[in-house]
Amino acid sequence: MLITGLLPLIFLIVGLITEHLGANPAEMIIHETGQWALRLLMLTLGITPLVQITGWSVLTVRYNLRRLLGLYAFFYASLHLLSYLVFEQNFDWQEIINDMLTRPALDIGWLAFILMIPLTITSYPNLTHQLSRRRWQQLHQLIYLISISAIVHLGWLAQAKVDVREPLIYATILLILLLLRYPPIIKRLAHKNMTSSKK
Amino acid sequence: MLIKQPDDIPRSEITPESFYQERRRFIRNGVNLMIATTVGVTNTTLFSAPVVAIGVNPTAAIKLPIDFPHLKPNTFSITEKLTPFDKITAYANFYEFGTDKSDPQHYAQQLTTRPWSVQVVGEVEKPGVIDMEEILSQFTLEERIYRLRCVEGWSMVIPWAGFSLSELIKRFQPTSKAKYVQFFSLFDPNQMPGQEHYFLNWPYTEGLRIDEAMHPLTILSVGLYGRVLPHENGAPLRLVVPWKYGFKSIKSIVKMRFMEQEPLTSWVEAEPRAYGFYANVNPTVPHPRWSQKKERRIGEFFKRRTLMFNGYAEQVSSLYTDMDLRKYY
Repeated sequence: MLITGLLPLIFLIVGLITEHLGANPAEMIIHETGQWALRLLMLTLGITPLVQITGWSVLTVRYNLRRLLGLYAFFYASLHLLSYLVFEQNFDWQEIINDMLTRPALDIGWLAFILMIPLTITSYPNLTHQLSRRRWQQLHQLIYLISISAIVHLGWLAQAKVDVREPLIYATILLILLLLRYPPIIKRLAHKNMTSSKK
Repeated sequence: MLIKQPDDIPRSEITPESFYQERRRFIRNGVNLMIATTVGVTNTTLFSAPVVAIGVNPTAAIKLPIDFPHLKPNTFSITEKLTPFDKITAYANFYEFGTDKSDPQHYAQQLTTRPWSVQVVGEVEKPGVIDMEEILSQFTLEERIYRLRCVEGWSMVIPWAGFSLSELIKRFQPTSKAKYVQFFSLFDPNQMPGQEHYFLNWPYTEGLRIDEAMHPLTILSVGLYGRVLPHENGAPLRLVVPWKYGFKSIKSIVKMRFMEQEPLTSWVEAEPRAYGFYANVNPTVPHPRWSQKKERRIGEFFKRRTLMFNGYAEQVSSLYTDMDLRKYY
């Protein structure tokens, strides 16, 4: 499980070495790391409804899959940001700041990344206990804002603005994941072992 | 992500790959023979040494046979490192076949490029139709190694085979009212699956001011690397305007219209704030969603500075004196 999350990175590295990343590998790396951050965010959000519907609480209780996926989402978001700083800007800070001042689509990406930092820190078991369960849950509600920001970031940046199918697919997935958190819906779908566990 | 529509062509009507390849070879040989016979008579460069793609050995890198072995060299050609043939064909914006850069190579192969002709209408003394074979036989093909800068921020160096657009325009004798020329790409959703979606208002149209169209840098291209233009790069005939963003260089042209008013073009219609009629490469005027200061040359990892008019300022800046290029982007 732990290793599976590294597969996209391994594919990118192997692809880079064997020249299988197309004609514009830098663009491919930036795009793919961002895509994986977003996919992993969606998967992270999918765990709670999955457990509620199937009753497979072992996924969260024993393996803490949600935490693992969330950490991987942050890992790929970091790679995404790093690849932007390296390949797009070559660490030209003046240009990076100029980008921040002139491109709101990038600012939303920065926002999503920055908001992921406290969630990542408080995922570390020793720090988890520093917060009350309620405070921790409140803090981790930020994942909704992060996901929306990430999708807006993708949609806004789509160079072919005439083709918005990809961000729309992500938005639809997010909408479904949010609907599965709406009490009347999840109550009807939830596994019988689960009905009493969540409000 | 591209959701493919199910084919509405019965299986029995789809040409088998081997047949198709055979036919392509047959057509290519036919075109070769035709060029050898017709161009040979009029073209004095027939016996000169091949000048295809200086600095590389194309036969080693490209598996296709050379279609135009005797291209005339041209002084506008630059000496920068050429973008490899396989990258030029694998990475292209040609929304008629889908919005992904790899879509054209995947979906353009079935495009029928013969018979092909270009209709010329509007403010001309002699409106008419010119056939592709006529184009290939009547104009001396030159090698023009040009930079190509896409509005998205990437660039290539491409050895085109083509001829000055002005030569073709002169034959139709534009009237004094011909201030602009509008170009139309093929509209045929059966052959161009991207046209089943409303990415742009099809057919794709572009336009130039008449002095831009008559400028010696502006060419109609029929090939690259000495080969017939690959389908994915705009076969059989496309425009190349090297000092403007790539979307101006319209592909698979079927019609030209000379007119007095500035024509509305597909990209201006789609997003007027981002794409202007002029679309000159200009590092000082940003796109609303990204800077145009830098570009990534395909084959390189880090970006380089973008040059004013894509490095052709010496040749073209006089076209735009007294014009506010921030306003006319």
